Amino acid sequence: MIISFRNISKSYNGVSALQGVTLSLDGGRVHALMGENGAGKSTLIKLIAGVVTADSLGVEKDGHAVPLSSAQEAQRAGFRFIHQELNIVPQVSVAENILLGRRFPRRFRVAIDWPVVRARAQAALAFLGADHIEVTALAGDLSAGDKMLIKIAAALVTDPDTDKRADLYVLDEPTAALTGEESEMLFAVIARLKLTGAAVLYVSHRIDEVLRICDDVTVLRDGKHVSSCPVDETTKDKIIHAMTGRDVKDAYPARLARHGSDVISRLVDVETAMLSHLNFELRAGEIMGVAGLSEAGQSQLLELFMGLDPVQSGQATFLSGSLPKDPARAWAKGIAYLPKERRKEGLMLDMPVRANILAPHLKEYGVLANKRRERRDAISMGRRMRMKYDSIEQPVGQLSGGNQQKVVFGRALHGNPKLLLLNEPTRGVDVGAKFDIYTSVRDLSAQGCAMILTSSDLPEMLGMCDRILVLVNGRQTQVLDCAALTSAALLSHFYESDTKV
Amino acid sequence: MMKTLRQSGTLLGFVAIIVFFAIKLPDTFLTARNWINITQQLSMLAVVAATMTFVMVMNDFDLSVGSMASLAGIVAATLFAMGFPVWTGLLGALLVGLAGGLLNGFLVSVVGILPFVATLGTLTVFSGMAFLISDGKTIFGRDIPSGFSGFARGGIEMGDVKIPFLTITAALVILLCWFVLEQSNFGRRLYAIGGNKEAAHLAGIKVKRLRLIAFGLTGLGAAAAGLMYAARVASANPTQGSGLMLDAIAAVFLGMTMSRQGEPRVVFTLIGVLILGILDNGLTQLQVDSYIREILVGLIVIAAVAVASFSKSRP
Repeated sequence: MIISFRNISKSYNGVSALQGVTLSLDGGRVHALMGENGAGKSTLIKLIAGVVTADSLGVEKDGHAVPLSSAQEAQRAGFRFIHQELNIVPQVSVAENILLGRRFPRRFRVAIDWPVVRARAQAALAFLGADHIEVTALAGDLSAGDKMLIKIAAALVTDPDTDKRADLYVLDEPTAALTGEESEMLFAVIARLKLTGAAVLYVSHRIDEVLRICDDVTVLRDGKHVSSCPVDETTKDKIIHAMTGRDVKDAYPARLARHGSDVISRLVDVETAMLSHLNFELRAGEIMGVAGLSEAGQSQLLELFMGLDPVQSGQATFLSGSLPKDPARAWAKGIAYLPKERRKEGLMLDMPVRANILAPHLKEYGVLANKRRERRDAISMGRRMRMKYDSIEQPVGQLSGGNQQKVVFGRALHGNPKLLLLNEPTRGVDVGAKFDIYTSVRDLSAQGCAMILTSSDLPEMLGMCDRILVLVNGRQTQVLDCAALTSAALLSHFYESDTKV
Repeated sequence: MMKTLRQSGTLLGFVAIIVFFAIKLPDTFLTARNWINITQQLSMLAVVAATMTFVMVMNDFDLSVGSMASLAGIVAATLFAMGFPVWTGLLGALLVGLAGGLLNGFLVSVVGILPFVATLGTLTVFSGMAFLISDGKTIFGRDIPSGFSGFARGGIEMGDVKIPFLTITAALVILLCWFVLEQSNFGRRLYAIGGNKEAAHLAGIKVKRLRLIAFGLTGLGAAAAGLMYAARVASANPTQGSGLMLDAIAAVFLGMTMSRQGEPRVVFTLIGVLILGILDNGLTQLQVDSYIREILVGLIVIAAVAVASFSKSRP
């Protein structure tokens, strides 16, 4: 089976987002779609999902034209979409989430036939090899990886009366929110999807992942098709070159030679509700990583410094005082935070870029608003972070993902923090923007700002950190020097038993 | 195109209403006297709606403003009846308003009850207190000092027209609200909370404290409006403020349809108030049944919000 999309074009207010892009997908193969933020990947997905109407778009399945002007038609054509935002309904069961939007099987034409609902959900999960998920569990209680799996199971379920089998699965940055092990599980699931004979369109920024699990790769740049070829005929360097139009030699800027010796924070036997045995010193300019299996307490360690996870025992100092009690005091002490979920925890999407950058810093401007000064400061931060926007007063929700992340980052950088907490700083960010962010991190470290970084991207942690603290079930087990550390060696520490003292 | 329609639709409606009444009532509607009359009639609503904007900026709202207005009037009148001077009565009523507002804020931000539930509860509580204090009776006549009720009849002479003190009071309150919301960093933080509470909290904005203060200001505004009302009718009864709440929320909603991102702004709230006030005035002069006026107000609010959300859902 071949699904081909021809001459895909779309422009918004006269600005072209996609220009005559062609994409051909083979059944039983995983096709990667790559490109920097703003290259047009999201627009392309919205068009083939029928959510946004294309200016021009020709779709054919095995030579037959397929109508595609609404989400219903996309569904009928056998196209299924799994988005990176895990929009599940947390209050209801896994089974209901999997069958969400379908007609529930009924008994006597009125009552929902719950055993059949559960059996269908169970069957979908079993097909994916995800039997460990209880269909009666509340979806909100699942880990990020399991939530992703139930979204895929939902795409897999078909209504026997109306639907046919899915012919195309589109996965948009599926691993962005997943840890290493969860990603592995996802890759196994994708291998099973291939076996059904369906085509898989896989959108990702992670080149290593693409090289490993995809069969073909198409690269977009500035809304145009750059290249399409089988994965074994290309290399990482070639893909980066196609995406950015330039050569990116080193993915990570060089480490600094040596840091200052001033200890800015010291923790001795600190325990919180989630964490225990925290013992470390943090020096000015140092970048410390926090790693572990999914939800081993990485976020909580960062939140400890924001005053969100109070110290229960032990001594913790920051500069000459104690740790802050709430985020307001943390910012006032020079601790800046870059939260994990930028749309949920980071941004006021309807508000201007300016207001978003300066939200924690309004105190500097006194009691009365001083828009002119704010605008000047925000624009200079925008330049420093190389943000792309039409105007500093543009609502931040209209920017691309990478630029939104730069806004959150710029907010943290404003006012030269002494400690910067980075939770997944490059999640869903393209290669070019990533490099800009890494460069700012290095600059900041050179100026003496200490950082605590956690990321599900292990090469990123190894490339950026000086030391990595390993958490096992919330307990500090190791602090490793990164100089000679490999991914495999780091990973092996995650599985160390947490019972030994 | 749709965006312009969305933003200016309500404004066009506003102009259309004025033109309609100007044609229907050629002799009386577009006169200085009538407009001064309108501003005086809607001065209480303007104060409640403008201060309600504080909480609505944060996506909260306050259902208790109407019964707070009644309670404030009763408190002042009771203090007058007990022989206290005018300033004591005013201060007492305003303090009750502030305290009631802070109670709402405490329930919403510290205890964590939904604003709908919390203020629905206090609505009943305030109303019950008004009945309890007044014994269910209207306080009027000699108990109300002339210094108090005279204020509502007075005004500043300007040529052959007199600008009523009530209008001036409302204008000052609106100006103050506008200044605090748009020109102070306090107001900017309220908008940030409305944009995304969790993000605002993580960005170091003291969400709890600011929500508490904003509800306090809304309660204070409701009490001020209650005093204005009591002065105007030279009496206080435990239900006289009850119509204010729905109209105030309607006015803010009408205003929200005019702003760029659908956020409440004091200037637009004022236009919402004017739409309701002018409609009231014009329909009364046309001798339209007041029930029909209510139906019209409801339909206008729905139509304005429908146009706004309809065009917002498509980029």
